[in-house]
Amino acid sequence: MEHAESNYYIPHGSYWPFVGSIALCSFMVGFSNLLNGASWGKWLMVVGGIILLVMLFGWFGAVIRESESGAYNEQVDVSFRWGMFWFIFSEVMFFAVFFGALFYARTYALPWLGGAGTGASTNIYLWPGFEAIWPQTANGPAAIGGEFKPMAAWGLPAINTAILLTSGVTITWAHHAMKANHRGQLITGLFLTVALGAIFIVCQAIEYYEAYNHLGLTLGSGVYGSTFFMLTGFHGMHVTIGAIILAVILVRCIFGHFKPEQHFAFEAAAWYWHFVDVVWLGLFIFVYWI
Amino acid sequence: MSTTAAEGHHADHPSGIMRWITTTNHKDIGTLYLWFAFIMFFVGGFMALIIRSELFQPGLQFVDPQFFNSMTTMHALIMVFGVVMPAFTGFANWMIPMMIGGTDMALPRLNNWSFWILPFAFTMMGSTLFMDGGGPAGGWTLYPPLTLQTGNALPFVVFAIHLMGMSSIMGAINVIATILNMRAPGMTLMKMPLFVWTWLITAYLLIAVMPVLAGGVTMLLTDKFFGTSFFNAAGGGDPVLFQHIFWFFGHPEVYILILPSFGVVSTIIPTFARKPLFGYSSMVYATASIAFLSFIVWAHHMFTVGMPLAGALFFMFATMLVAVPTGVKVFNWVCTMWRGAMTFETPMLFSIAFIILFTIGGFSGLMLALTPADFQYHDTYFVVAHFHYVLVPGSIFAIIAATYYWLPKWTGHMYNETLGKAHFWLSAIFVNITFFPMHFVGLAGMPRRIPDYALQFSDYNQIATIGAFGFGFAQLLFLWLVIQTIRGGAKTTDQVWEGAEGLEWTLSSPPPYHSFTTPPLIK
Repeated sequence: MEHAESNYYIPHGSYWPFVGSIALCSFMVGFSNLLNGASWGKWLMVVGGIILLVMLFGWFGAVIRESESGAYNEQVDVSFRWGMFWFIFSEVMFFAVFFGALFYARTYALPWLGGAGTGASTNIYLWPGFEAIWPQTANGPAAIGGEFKPMAAWGLPAINTAILLTSGVTITWAHHAMKANHRGQLITGLFLTVALGAIFIVCQAIEYYEAYNHLGLTLGSGVYGSTFFMLTGFHGMHVTIGAIILAVILVRCIFGHFKPEQHFAFEAAAWYWHFVDVVWLGLFIFVYWI
Repeated sequence: MSTTAAEGHHADHPSGIMRWITTTNHKDIGTLYLWFAFIMFFVGGFMALIIRSELFQPGLQFVDPQFFNSMTTMHALIMVFGVVMPAFTGFANWMIPMMIGGTDMALPRLNNWSFWILPFAFTMMGSTLFMDGGGPAGGWTLYPPLTLQTGNALPFVVFAIHLMGMSSIMGAINVIATILNMRAPGMTLMKMPLFVWTWLITAYLLIAVMPVLAGGVTMLLTDKFFGTSFFNAAGGGDPVLFQHIFWFFGHPEVYILILPSFGVVSTIIPTFARKPLFGYSSMVYATASIAFLSFIVWAHHMFTVGMPLAGALFFMFATMLVAVPTGVKVFNWVCTMWRGAMTFETPMLFSIAFIILFTIGGFSGLMLALTPADFQYHDTYFVVAHFHYVLVPGSIFAIIAATYYWLPKWTGHMYNETLGKAHFWLSAIFVNITFFPMHFVGLAGMPRRIPDYALQFSDYNQIATIGAFGFGFAQLLFLWLVIQTIRGGAKTTDQVWEGAEGLEWTLSSPPPYHSFTTPPLIK
């Protein structure tokens, strides 16, 4: 490569990023107004959402066309790899802060409210009689949100763990099939993965329904409800996004896209899927189990 | 000439406003970032002058306290997220591909989006000043429960911060992909210019901490609107949790603001001392050490909140450790100048002022690092003096120095050296008049973030206000100089500066639209 001409693909000017900014801004301004009590805000959110969808179709459509026309060489591929890797790392840090809130509440905030430690008089003066027991009194000394029962680990959540772990296997199978150019197995493996993702989301919906209607566990159930629903909620959102990405990849595979030696879109989706899988293991252990 | 796809598109890029909206070119996007930062610099500076006007005398003169508080809050958010960060991202866009011998940034469309999110984010945030309840007024640290009393502004500010975070993360990902993947053959990591190194490390910090801030402000939003109890003790949460989250972001963030400045100064000093940088590899390791330490010092911002003794001790000692790699850097800059054939053009003047004045800020930081002493200094003007010394004659001076240093390369024109020197002396004098008295009023006990103060603080506050107006108006001279240089002036050579070394100086001045379509040979 010494002194060879660079074949790095620099795309045309693109208006999709600008459209994306308009979409996000509309969505957020709409949401803000809705939260401030203006009901028209939801319509602006819908408009923003639609623009965002158009942008995603337009932008990814352009990338897919460029990719299929062979514009991307190996070096471009490496850029995508670094990009996706560090994007996932940023997502890891996003989940880390909610896990951090959970650990902080369990190891510091609640015990202190219950009188642990020296030098703090919160318990004596503000909340006499409050005993910190996780998770029974994890909605705080004022029992915010009323009585609730915690979510048991060895029911639906354990099944969900099995579902996600299995989906990790099926996507790896699909990847091997991709590299061996067995399109039938590839499509079957991917389809199973998407299906397992969908089943997981349905199970989570059932779980939320149970929590709200039979356990008295809501987003407002003190810090237990806050951490439980924010962690599982953001995770569920990421599973949904991951399943949609995999569904798009599945459709592309059916259309005959990708080559055994070059298929980074598939791999990026698989990385993302493994990432939501690993986050779930953390959730299962720290939110549901111990 | 090259026949790549990139060159093929060269002719058909649109003109007018659409060129700037759709551009995927690293120089265009760098220019956008820099102009955006420049405009926001005057917006944030105008807010600072409102603050200083009100503080010229005790009592309430011009603004009501609520508006005063929203000025301090917005001034900080704008200067941090709207000026220093975009300015350095602008330099990164312009210079990194040129310094490493690349064609462009690795992910050009993403690059465009990183920029074009920012004007929307700041419009959203700025618009809150005109809403019911006014702008955010709880300080840029957004501590609950105070911040939860914000009026209609709160969701707008939270979402604006989400957008700024997305912009920073995408920008950082792009920088990393560019540095790791776009270097010319032979440009090994340890041959990279120090500006590139400091940006690589800064980018890692950005990716690690911006999501943490996003998570933290999301919890504020849900606590306010969705009944969660993250920061509500009655529900088992803790407002102090937010402080931990915020400063876990916040401390690396302040190094995000200063590390690229180190890179700039490490680039400029060798040029005008006509000597290679002293201790290149130790500079790289020192930068990495500072970045690592930034993750284990955050609670020194909250010593007075009440934490176990072991915690206070740990964070005190860890904080003082930061002085070691920083000392290595200052030592290396001074040694680079030692027995150099020095000349004092404007970028060099700003860089030398950086070393001296930033070091003052570093020393007052050491004072604040001592837990027992911090109990006295906490939330006083001493803290304000400290962080303005590291941010104004620190980050801002580095940005100004970099502008004078690289503007001739970008435009092909030399700036007016006499006016440049005038700008330097006005800035250097007024910046000290503004911020040095704050040390004294702080030590005497004047709290920060108040529109009114006790009578005995008047003298120093009046001096500071005079300095602030002087510094502010001196920057208009800077604006004039930049515009003048873009529009014309003496032609420069490709190398521009006699002592300048590096790939960027082998390109023409102004450089071609795409930097290195053929990778250069690295000796």
